[in-house]
Amino acid sequence: MKIHEYQGKEILREFGVTTPRGSPCFSVEEAVAAAQQLGGSVWVVKAQIHAGGRGKGGGVKVAKSLGEVRSFAQQILGMQLVTHQTGPQGQKVRRLLVEEGAQIAREFYVGMVVDRAAQRVALLASSEGGMEIEEVAKHSPEKIRTVRIDPAAGLTAAQAADTARAIGIPDAANAAAVQVLQGLYCAFVEKDAMLAEINPLILTADNRVVALDAKFNFDSNALFRHPEIVAMRDLDEEDPAEIEASRFDLSYISLDGDIGCLVNGAGLAMATMDIIKLYGGSPANFLDVGGGASKEKVTEAFKLMLKNPHLKAILVNIFGGIMKCDVIAEGVVAAAREVSLNVPLVVRLEGTNVELGKKILAESGLPIISGNDMADAAQKVVSAAAKG
Amino acid sequence: MSILINKNTKVITQGMTGKVGQFHTQQCKAYANGADCFVAGVNPKKAGEQFDGIPVYATVKDAKEATGATVSVIYVPPAGAAAAIDEAVEADLDLVICITEGIPVHDMIRTRYKMQGKRTLLIGPNCPGLITPDEIKIGIMPGHIHKKGRIGVVSRSGTLTYEAVGQLSALGYGQSSCVGIGGDPINGLKHIDVMSMFNDDPETDAVIMVGEIGGSAEEECARWIKANMQKPVVGFIAGITAPPGKRMGHAGAIISGGEGGADQKLAVMEECGIHITRNPAEMGRTMQKILKG
Repeated sequence: MKIHEYQGKEILREFGVTTPRGSPCFSVEEAVAAAQQLGGSVWVVKAQIHAGGRGKGGGVKVAKSLGEVRSFAQQILGMQLVTHQTGPQGQKVRRLLVEEGAQIAREFYVGMVVDRAAQRVALLASSEGGMEIEEVAKHSPEKIRTVRIDPAAGLTAAQAADTARAIGIPDAANAAAVQVLQGLYCAFVEKDAMLAEINPLILTADNRVVALDAKFNFDSNALFRHPEIVAMRDLDEEDPAEIEASRFDLSYISLDGDIGCLVNGAGLAMATMDIIKLYGGSPANFLDVGGGASKEKVTEAFKLMLKNPHLKAILVNIFGGIMKCDVIAEGVVAAAREVSLNVPLVVRLEGTNVELGKKILAESGLPIISGNDMADAAQKVVSAAAKG
Repeated sequence: MSILINKNTKVITQGMTGKVGQFHTQQCKAYANGADCFVAGVNPKKAGEQFDGIPVYATVKDAKEATGATVSVIYVPPAGAAAAIDEAVEADLDLVICITEGIPVHDMIRTRYKMQGKRTLLIGPNCPGLITPDEIKIGIMPGHIHKKGRIGVVSRSGTLTYEAVGQLSALGYGQSSCVGIGGDPINGLKHIDVMSMFNDDPETDAVIMVGEIGGSAEEECARWIKANMQKPVVGFIAGITAPPGKRMGHAGAIISGGEGGADQKLAVMEECGIHITRNPAEMGRTMQKILKG
C-alpha cells in the first residue's frame, strides 16, 4: 500500500528524521494560508499523487511570493498530472503539500528494500540524489552503496556512519546523517514497509541533513497490525476496479488489452495472460479468484471484467484442486445469467469433478465455448476476440 | 526413492484444528499411506484431545517426543504462522512445510534469521506443499492428478504446478516428487536446493522447473544446473506479460527496476542448457520430446 509524500514525512519525523516544515492543503486558500503560517520568502508547492516523476510533469513549483503560491496552487490543484509512472491519462491532483524552501548544497539518495537473495533488509545509498535509483543502477552501479542489515543488531551507528562517508556526506554532517539512516531503518521495520525512499536527501549549506521527499510502500499482509497506516490510504489514487476487487478478496489488476481472464492461482493467472499473448491476443486484466472461490465471488469477478468498455471476450481457466470444477461451473452459469453477458465466453476446466463441471456448462443452454486444454482455450478466446 | 518425504515419514500438523487445517488433514490422511503418516496435531488449548483419530499435543516438542515425527506442516493463520515455524525449528524437526499465505515479510526475515545454523529445512510459506505420489501428500494439492513415476517437479506456484503435473500425467509420465516452494519473497528452500536433491535422487530422471517473475532465484538455479546437473530440465517462467511494479497476487511476483523479468530469466535458463518453453500448455510435451530423444 502506498501513501503520499506528506504522510511519509509525518512518519519520518516520528522517527527523528528532519524534513522541511510544511502542511497538506486541499484548496488554494489553504495553500496560501499554509505559506503565510510558515513565513519566510520561498515556498515549494508540491502535487501529492502516488506516482513518481512529479517535478518533470509540472507538479512541483518554487514560489517566491504569496501571489505565486496562489497561482501555482491554482495551476496544480485539479490538473491531470502526467508522469512516466501514471500512464498517458495522468492522475488528477487533489492534494498539495506546501513547504518552506530549502537551501540545497548537495543531493543524495537513500532507500530501504527487502533483499530477497540475502533475506535481509538492505540499505541503498548513493551520491546521485534526485535521479531514479534504477537509472543509477543501470548506468553507474559503482555509485550505489548497499548494506545488508542484521535483523538482530539493526542498522548500527558504525554502518550508518560509513555509508554516509561513502556517498560523500561531509564529516560535519555525519552525525545528522546517521540519525536519518537509523530513523529510516526503524521506520521501515516498525511500520512493516516493503520500500522506503528519501530522494533526494539533501545537505544544506549549514550542514543539516534533510529529507526533501519521502516514498513508502507497505506490506499489505501486515496492515492488520497498522491501523495508523490503513488510515492513510487514499482511494482516489487507486484503480476503482482494483478497490472493488479487494472488497471481494479478489486479486485484480487492470491491463490494457481486450480479453478478460478469470483464473484460480496467481501463477496460473500469469501463465494464462502469457499464453493469450503468445497466440496473438492481449489480456484485459489479471484476476486470481483464489483457492476458495464461491458462486458469489465468481459473479463479482464477472461484473468487474464486464465494466471494462474495451472487453471483447472472456477466458475462464480453472485447474480445480481444492476448488471443485462443478462449483466453478455453477458460479460461471449463475454469473453469465445475472450480468447479461454480451461477449464470447471460453471456459477451460481441469481437475477435481471436471466431468460434472463440463456437464453443468453444457446443460446451461448458454453459448459457452469449451476449451479442451489451456492452448485450445487460449486460441479460441483470441479468435473470438478478433471477431468481436 | 523420492526427495524429502516418503511413505515412512511421520508428520505433525500445526493448526490442525482450524477449518483449513481440518479439511486438508483429512485429505492428506486419506491419500495413499496418509493414515500412518499423520500422527500428531498441535494446539496448546486442545492438548489431550483428538481430531479424526489424530492426537493433539500442546507443543511441537511434545508431539515430536510422543510420536517420533520429524516433519511438520503449518496451516496456522498469517499473524501466528512465523512463530509456528520458529517453534518447529526450536524442536529440531528435519523439515517444516508452511502452507499459510499472507505472512508479513518482516516476520519471515526474523524467522529466517533465527533458522541460521539450525538443521531444520523450510518449504514455503505460501506454497501448496509437496507430494511423493502413491506414498504421501503433505499440503493442499489435489492428490488424484498425480501419478507415480520418475519426473521431478519444482515450482513457485500452486495451480501452475498442478498444470505441469496434469500435463505429465496425461502423457503417461509419472512424478517422483513434486515440490511447491511458494511465491513469497522471503522463503525457505529455493529452486536450486530442490534441484540438487532431484539430481541426487536415483529415481528421478528429469525435472520440470516452473518459475515466476521477481527475484533472481531461477537464474541462480540455472547457473547451478549448467555446472552440476546430470539430468534434463524443462523450464517455464510465468509473467512475460506482467507490467512492471505491479504485484501479481504472489508478493514475490513483482518486477521492479527491470530485475526479475521473465524474458531475462528465460534467456539465462536457455543459455544454461535448460529446455525452456514460453507456452505454459507445452511443459509436458517439451519433456516428452526430450525423453523420446
